[in-house]
Amino acid sequence: MTRMLIRNGRLIDPSQGIDAGMDLLIEDGHVAGLEERIDAPPGTEIIDASELVVAPGFIDMHAHLREPGEEQKETIATGARAAAAGGFTAVCAMANTVPVNDDPSVTRFIIEKGREAGGARVHPIGALTRGRKGEALAEIGEMAREGAVAFSDAPLALTNTLLMRRALEYCRSFDAPVFVHPEDLLLSDSGSMHEGKVSTLIGLKGMPAAAEEMMVARDLILAASTSGRLHITHVSTRGSVELIRRAKAEGQRVSCEVTPHHISLIDEDVAAANYDPRWKMNPPLRSREDREAVLQGLYDGTIDAIVSDHAPHHRDENEMDFADAPFGVSSLETAVSVAIDRLYHAKVLGITQLVRLFSTSPAEILGLDAGSLRPGSVADITLLDLGRRWDVHSAQFISRGRNTPFEGVALRGKPAMTIVGGRIVWKN
Amino acid sequence: MPIEAAEALAGKDLLGIAHLEAGEIQLLLDTAEQLLEIARRPIKKVPTLRGMTVVNLFMEASTRTRFSFEVAEKRLSADTLNFSASTSSVTKGETLFDTARNLMAMAPDFIVIRHPRTGAPHRLAREVSASVINAGDGSNEHPTQALLDAFTMRRHFGELKGLKVVIAGDIRHSRVARSNAFLLGKMGAEVRFVAPPSLLPVEVESLGVKPYYRLEPALEEADVVMMLRIQLERQKKINFPSMREYFDFFALTPERLSMARENALVMHPGPMNRGVEIDSEVADGDQSVILEQVTNGVAIRMAILYQLAGGRRDAHAHS
Repeated sequence: MTRMLIRNGRLIDPSQGIDAGMDLLIEDGHVAGLEERIDAPPGTEIIDASELVVAPGFIDMHAHLREPGEEQKETIATGARAAAAGGFTAVCAMANTVPVNDDPSVTRFIIEKGREAGGARVHPIGALTRGRKGEALAEIGEMAREGAVAFSDAPLALTNTLLMRRALEYCRSFDAPVFVHPEDLLLSDSGSMHEGKVSTLIGLKGMPAAAEEMMVARDLILAASTSGRLHITHVSTRGSVELIRRAKAEGQRVSCEVTPHHISLIDEDVAAANYDPRWKMNPPLRSREDREAVLQGLYDGTIDAIVSDHAPHHRDENEMDFADAPFGVSSLETAVSVAIDRLYHAKVLGITQLVRLFSTSPAEILGLDAGSLRPGSVADITLLDLGRRWDVHSAQFISRGRNTPFEGVALRGKPAMTIVGGRIVWKN
Repeated sequence: MPIEAAEALAGKDLLGIAHLEAGEIQLLLDTAEQLLEIARRPIKKVPTLRGMTVVNLFMEASTRTRFSFEVAEKRLSADTLNFSASTSSVTKGETLFDTARNLMAMAPDFIVIRHPRTGAPHRLAREVSASVINAGDGSNEHPTQALLDAFTMRRHFGELKGLKVVIAGDIRHSRVARSNAFLLGKMGAEVRFVAPPSLLPVEVESLGVKPYYRLEPALEEADVVMMLRIQLERQKKINFPSMREYFDFFALTPERLSMARENALVMHPGPMNRGVEIDSEVADGDQSVILEQVTNGVAIRMAILYQLAGGRRDAHAHS
């Protein structure tokens, strides 16, 4: 039997309502005990967690790991290890690979590569439609059987409303959530930043908030009428937050997420960046008012989860002009730190709320047996050093993607250790 | 009398009017006034930029702006290199930075860049040591056009302050409109943008202009009426229904021009669509200064090169 004792930490587990100084014993990859004081039997590996937060493993529900097909940007191995370095014990791989993960063989490939990686667990998200073409349903059941945890065409939205309805209905047979990327492509019209005063001032083509909000409204209506399990990805506007808040108040079963960049940056930062595409993402960085609404939504529980929306790109793509450069941020290794810095230290959220957003809720949304430190649970554990100050240097990323708007930014708070199945996969 | 070469602009880039101060604009207009005289000489050349190299990097089709720059460069005795490329070859293979590195290997002193994408000159400027001059980027800025427009207005009215300037057309896609709004705003003129809202950017007032959805009310007491080219290929019948309807409601006709001030100037950055945004009778009429704009464009571009070079050699040393 292998034993590990995490000692002297501040244990936070929203699933049990715990926030207390406790020791945590792991035996054979599972949580064996939680006590104020545990004496380790001989041969136990001791981890001193003084000054650290000990939390159920963080789960990143939204990342683009690029393999198969775009290994120049990222591989499952580098992505899974980058996730571990970012404090995640599990990461979901979006289906927009080449080939698309719309077939059980691709799903299996991703799972196998994930196992070999030795980083965070990798959970594939299957495509909702074949080839992500928005024309016919993909083999959702086959992929679910292989281990796909959710279904999504992100970062594309389904324009075919009937197909969207059927997708929500069909996924109910497999109790799988449908992850939607809310964007009316006709309305966003190849824009590259948020449409508003700033886009008008700096001459970049805008993507209006309405393009997101219309699709949030549509999908909420369809989910209500089908009882489908809707999860709305990267909510970024005030209107979206209000629509979701209202739906939840009416008792609708819906979940949603935000990214660290949308809680920390706004369109004015795009202007200050002088057309550097590292500030280009989809949804775009929104207005100051939108960010306020997102923070409010996190505070009042309208928003369920924080995800990285890790979207690594090759450096060549960063050397393009703003409009031609691809959307996205390499964020696995900054997501948790940015959230600690801009939410916890900025006194927007308490640490328990933060753990819920990164662990408890994602596990519930995905239906995973995770996100808890109850005795008997799989020992997926994230340790955080809330006070640790560091500067972001993308050259030190494990991820192949160096496209980050946080380059050189000083952050307070950093993951200290990541434990997957009782094994330390990363330590700072 | 030597032309004043201010420290203010020496060695800098000219990326947009948004970054210029009123004093710098004034300096460029004053410099152009003095350089205009060179065009009237039998030998239209001064040695100011002798030994300096200018790369004209045109990633988007352009005839008049490119010619205007070339004439300006040659009159200042610079060596010029012309590089034209379709953007597709750039976006699909060579990155903007590759292009920059290749250009710098030729050690130019200036890079004049026209690019179909907003911000490309700004990105280039951070990668190269040469002074970068924006000859039009996407739907962002066309600073040399705005300067020559202002120069033309100032030559007719003496000053820009207090002028009422109407700019009408596809404002949403127009870098000319934006640069003019920035410049005229800084110099104290009133700018009126005219277009159906489908051709205006959102929150257009943030540019410091007054929007009008019809031409007639905007023309009241106008000193300048600037018509912009309607780009047929951009519209796809989504922004307005037809050329005929555009002409009927938004074109500058002799009747509409009579609603402006008696001595109002008619301007157009070209190329014109006769019978779409402007009636030929107006384009070729007494109030039109469209060809004067072209002449002034050379003087303005000489002035920019002169000041960015720090007035290297006195333009009046030889004649």
